[in-house]
Amino acid sequence: MQRELEIILTRQLASYLATPAFIVDPEGNLLFYNDPAETLLGHRFDETGEMLAREWSTLFSPTDANGAPLPPDELPLLIALRTRHPSHREFWITGLDGARRHLVVTALPLVGQAGRVLGAMALFWEGEAR
Amino acid sequence: MKVALWGTRGSLPTPGPETARYGGNTVAVEVRADDNSVLVLDAGTGIRNLGRTIPGTTRRVDVLLSHLHMDHIQGLGFFAPLYVPDMEVHIWGPPSPAESLRSRLGRYMSPPLFPVRLRDLPCRLTLHEVPVGDVHIGPFTVDASLVCHPGPTVGYRITAGGRALTYLPDHEPALGVRGPLLRDGWTSGGSLAEDTDLLIHDGQYTDAQYEERVGWGHSTFDRAVEFARITRARKLVVFHHDPDHDDVTLARLMNELVARSRPSMPVSAGREGEVFTL
Repeated sequence: MQRELEIILTRQLASYLATPAFIVDPEGNLLFYNDPAETLLGHRFDETGEMLAREWSTLFSPTDANGAPLPPDELPLLIALRTRHPSHREFWITGLDGARRHLVVTALPLVGQAGRVLGAMALFWEGEAR
Repeated sequence: MKVALWGTRGSLPTPGPETARYGGNTVAVEVRADDNSVLVLDAGTGIRNLGRTIPGTTRRVDVLLSHLHMDHIQGLGFFAPLYVPDMEVHIWGPPSPAESLRSRLGRYMSPPLFPVRLRDLPCRLTLHEVPVGDVHIGPFTVDASLVCHPGPTVGYRITAGGRALTYLPDHEPALGVRGPLLRDGWTSGGSLAEDTDLLIHDGQYTDAQYEERVGWGHSTFDRAVEFARITRARKLVVFHHDPDHDDVTLARLMNELVARSRPSMPVSAGREGEVFTL
């Protein structure tokens, strides 16, 4: 299936960024994450490939600061998709390499011409270890 | 369906004996169905000669603009059907999030750049912002999709009688791509060109030129062949020739391209006056 041009260009931009980036489609399904994100998520994109929203949103076992599991609809990417507004928060994940990491995430909805919802992109950073 | 090239040059008209073979007019392509319905792709300077061949009995012409850069619209004011009362002219162009097609076209079709305003044309003019997806125009099914080029730009796939033409005159499918073009829907314009019978595709630059012009919205010869290969196009016409490529240069570059890339489909440089029957 042909991707929307804006999504193609977003992936190409992400592939050049030193900032970890994660791109999902309008249903929240994972389309791509870049090399810097691989370091934090603990797995190469070539190995995971595209994933359904219900798979990636639990795969990394996200939790809040107290260790309580975060439901998928509280993750910034899925909030940005649902509300069509930017979303930002900090949380913890367990990478596919087993390492626990503190992430700071900002997610932006991607809206094309004529209001077409194309998906969302998250940029994230590793927070201070606690 | 017959496809005629009336203008093959990109960027700027380049008239003169050194471009007589491939042509000096900027881009304009005629698509004519068996019932004589006419589509015109882009309105570069080639559209002037094209317009003079449209029979007086024709009552409707559709002009499909890929985008509004000057080399794609500079012939519009000299397109004869615009001045025929009762002629129905439909101009289709890419939408912009900021300004209507009429407003953007009106910047050129108004003083001081041009003496005749759009609203003063005697024909029955209708402007359409081309939607993403299929549109039916007479016997043609037209599929448009945004493609990689600066500013709002679409490519077209035109189907009639079971045959398909894909028109991507200004297209940089390799922007930001390291290594081979991506498959599985990740290359701009891919769905428009898939299994097409005739692919008219940007091939403005050599590899050396492209290194200096990444992001300008154009393709190299080799990327055009690679794009045709991954989309399984059955024939490739390289198009939107660089103003610096005269006939001798272009013929040499094409020979080198074919020798180097050994394409799996026929490949040629578009020549003004050339007609393809699909």
